[in-house]
Amino acid sequence: MARAVSPRRKLMNTTFAWAIGLLIFFPILWTILTSFKTEAQAIASPPIFLGFDWTLENYSVVMERSNYGRFLWNSIIIAGGSTILGCIIAVPAAWSMAFVPSKRTKDILLWMLSTKMLPAVGVLYPIYLLFIQMGLLDSRAGLVIVLMLINLPIIIWMLYTYFKEIPGEILEAARMDGAGLKEELLYVLTPMAIPGIASTLLLNFILAWNEAFWTLNLTAAKAAPLTAFIASYSSPEGLFFAKLSAASTMAIAPILILGWFSQKQLVRGLTFGAVK
Amino acid sequence: MATKASRSAARVMMAPAVILLLGWMLVPLIMTLWFSFRKYLPLRGGDLGFAGFDNYTRFVTSSAFWPAVQTTLVIVLGVLAITVVFGVLLALLLDQPMWGQGVVRILVIAPFFVMPTVSALVWKNMFMDPVNGLFAHLWRFFGADPVSWLSDASLPSIIMIVSWQWLPFATLILLTAVQSLDSEQLEAAEMDGAPKLKRFFYIILPHLSRAMTVVILIQTIFLLAIFAEIFVTTGGAFGTRTLSYLIFQRVLESQNVGLGSAGGVYAIILANIVAIFLMRIVGKNLDA
Amino acid sequence: MSLKSTLGAATALALITASGAFADGHSKTITIATVNNGDMIRMQGYTDNFTEATGIAVEWVTLEENVLRQRVTTDITTKGGQFDIMTIGMYETPIWGANGWLVPLDDLSAEYDVGDILPAMAGGLSHEGTLFAAPFYGESSMIMYRTDLMEAAGMEMPDAPTWEFIAEAAAAMTDRDNEINGICLRGKAGWGEGGAFITAMSNSFGARWFDEDWNAQFDTEQWANTLNFYKSMMDASGPAGYATNGFNENLNLFQQGKCGMWIDATVAASFVTNPDDSTVADSVGFALAPDTGLGKRSNWLWAWALGIPAGTEQEAEAKQFIEWATSKDYIELVAANEGWANVPPGARTSLYENPEYQKVPFAKMTLDSILSADPTDSTVEPSPYVGIQFAAIPEFAGIATEVSQEFSAAYAGQQTVEEALAKAQAITNEAMEAAGYR
Repeated sequence: MARAVSPRRKLMNTTFAWAIGLLIFFPILWTILTSFKTEAQAIASPPIFLGFDWTLENYSVVMERSNYGRFLWNSIIIAGGSTILGCIIAVPAAWSMAFVPSKRTKDILLWMLSTKMLPAVGVLYPIYLLFIQMGLLDSRAGLVIVLMLINLPIIIWMLYTYFKEIPGEILEAARMDGAGLKEELLYVLTPMAIPGIASTLLLNFILAWNEAFWTLNLTAAKAAPLTAFIASYSSPEGLFFAKLSAASTMAIAPILILGWFSQKQLVRGLTFGAVK
Repeated sequence: MATKASRSAARVMMAPAVILLLGWMLVPLIMTLWFSFRKYLPLRGGDLGFAGFDNYTRFVTSSAFWPAVQTTLVIVLGVLAITVVFGVLLALLLDQPMWGQGVVRILVIAPFFVMPTVSALVWKNMFMDPVNGLFAHLWRFFGADPVSWLSDASLPSIIMIVSWQWLPFATLILLTAVQSLDSEQLEAAEMDGAPKLKRFFYIILPHLSRAMTVVILIQTIFLLAIFAEIFVTTGGAFGTRTLSYLIFQRVLESQNVGLGSAGGVYAIILANIVAIFLMRIVGKNLDA
Repeated sequence: MSLKSTLGAATALALITASGAFADGHSKTITIATVNNGDMIRMQGYTDNFTEATGIAVEWVTLEENVLRQRVTTDITTKGGQFDIMTIGMYETPIWGANGWLVPLDDLSAEYDVGDILPAMAGGLSHEGTLFAAPFYGESSMIMYRTDLMEAAGMEMPDAPTWEFIAEAAAAMTDRDNEINGICLRGKAGWGEGGAFITAMSNSFGARWFDEDWNAQFDTEQWANTLNFYKSMMDASGPAGYATNGFNENLNLFQQGKCGMWIDATVAASFVTNPDDSTVADSVGFALAPDTGLGKRSNWLWAWALGIPAGTEQEAEAKQFIEWATSKDYIELVAANEGWANVPPGARTSLYENPEYQKVPFAKMTLDSILSADPTDSTVEPSPYVGIQFAAIPEFAGIATEVSQEFSAAYAGQQTVEEALAKAQAITNEAMEAAGYR
């Protein structure tokens, strides 16, 4: 909606929007800044905004103490694996709901969403016992499966809404041309839904990356992702604001960068069928 | 266009998702139900036999139960109210012509990428700490006594932290909805001399209702389960114990799995009441 | 990239992910769950010495205390087998040992010298005379105070003060304009935080958690006295927001020179006297935790110890590690590299006989505090439980966390002390009934 407005109005908009944007972003900015301070400067009164001696000491302490690379790699594998696996299972399901709807389609969809309401804490023991039985404790495979299941309803719902927006005539035309079900799915539908799929993948990657209950409780050393990494910096002895900030920055930086680069994609696709 | 063949194909294609989710729902549910009727105390030797409805009555008659339900609802409703109201305003603002729109948008959505544990830690320590927190410095600068946020204003503080995390999500969805608004209609209304507020309430808000429903539905699902934010900040003290935190205390801190499981069953019931309620609205609103 | 190959690659990636998890199996790696305290972090730094000497690799799982407890308790009760060594305390060890969940440490080598472990520590980490976890460091609690502020207030700290004196001194040292609080104490909810402090304090006021029939005792005058005394002293001379302060918050306040006195774990002594971190390092004095003349002081006893979950396949390797980490040699190693003040304290008798260590200013007071704490006889009136700042029964952690939350709410002024105590009484009796004691 590019409307023509007076420069004065535009300037006002700009100032106001930037002020609010910076306000919302400030906690993250402050964390990043603090991560480059010494512990003493981090709690200095009055607080120092920029005029401090920038140091990388906190990062080297954190790197020395924890195997950051492994935590990061586990986070990537777990978030990525669960998202991809979820998509593989969700695409056909969403397709059939969107194009071969039955009376129960909506019920099924809403039921799927309701499985997300199971309180995680309440089922920790059952799941933990199951994981022991299946030998999945502290394995990336186990977490991939759990996070996939947690996010599957959201994935299906998002995909369903994108697929529904694809006009049926196109499919008819493809069928006329002799396309089978497989071709239809692979060459007609999916490409049209690529923006939707992309934003679905992104959103679920973010959700899986930030999931902090199962990833913490079902891992020990081998499969522990960044959520477990941060748990070792949360309240140690002595001054820790700067080290906490460094660890926090390291935990959120990868996803923040990914999010920034792909925000256009995310914004375009994140509708959940809310826009007709 | 649905032929018989495509119907059966559709069923096959849906099967994996449905079976997996059914398993994911039923297996823990049945185990939880089983535990909830047992006297199951891991630290006292595990399963000590059938308990009848003891766990259920005990959980619900505990002095902590109703306050926990209330806290849960206050947090969910509080965060929903804040994120929807500010989300709409922010979406409208971001839709205005301005310089550097892309950058502003990035700034606004950034909190969504921060994991809940990190955001809780950062807010608790670097902002809300009554001695070294930034707010304390700010208050002192203006000559006021620093506030002990997490004890004196615990619930508002947690609602604020959670709202900060979810505001970007609401804003994003509402923004796409705002952008899809028919500008001709708006301009026509403007020509007719309809005042700003009227335009907002009669054209913009109805147009956003669908997006708002989606925001409410999705956020409710996640908000009913918030845990990390409370675990890190108050540990359930100062009236911030939600139902899921109460279950956590029963299962893990008191090591009474039977009692906690009964609580889990109550939480499922509560979630489903909310869900049915929500889905009635959403079902109506999402009929394509 | 065509769509087909994208999907193919995606499937492949998912499969690799799944299989990769099973691929890495080491034979000689032990996994240790530990808390992120300073001494533990330091130990991680020396792990290479251990690996070099024995060829056993070590995987560390370092977690914040609350997360650690949640994690190891789930694992031990379900026999998950995720860890070869767990860092546990004096509360968990006897309970787990009684359940047969820990490997008895009754065959440690002669050169390890089990007899050298301080009897109070060994006693608290044993069940029926069998040691189930080896103390890495042990602590009691004592008063740490600012000698300069005490002098300025014109008072002198006795070696064994009363609570009355402490309240008086706190009021005299408080200087709100200069952000100096006379006294900093834990108020944070959690059984190991404020709960531990107030319980230890209540012992000196003649209170106890349970009578001999496991009835909660929060309706007694002694508990009311404890809480009222604590609250009025802290309101008058404590820092803002003390209801959310735990060990670490108070440590930071003290190191920044914002506390006149601090009563807390003896291990804190090495932090507050370390000039690298503490602005008041050269003006700290120590004294025994206060009493009220009833015969019990308000100091606790605690140890962070290493235990081996029963059923681990690496029992021998785990024992080797424990023998290394809690040995006299490890203490020497740390002393050689970082000075005697930084060795893990409170675990071994020989440490306190070492003339080098005796020069450390807080060594004697630490030992005196530890020696004056007796977990088997902690209350003025008889009680059915073992433990000073806790009762060593499985239900305690849950109950005490909820009780301490009510106390914290009273500290913050959200309810009265009477209300908090009434709720504590109800919570405790409720839970004890659920557990089948009453």
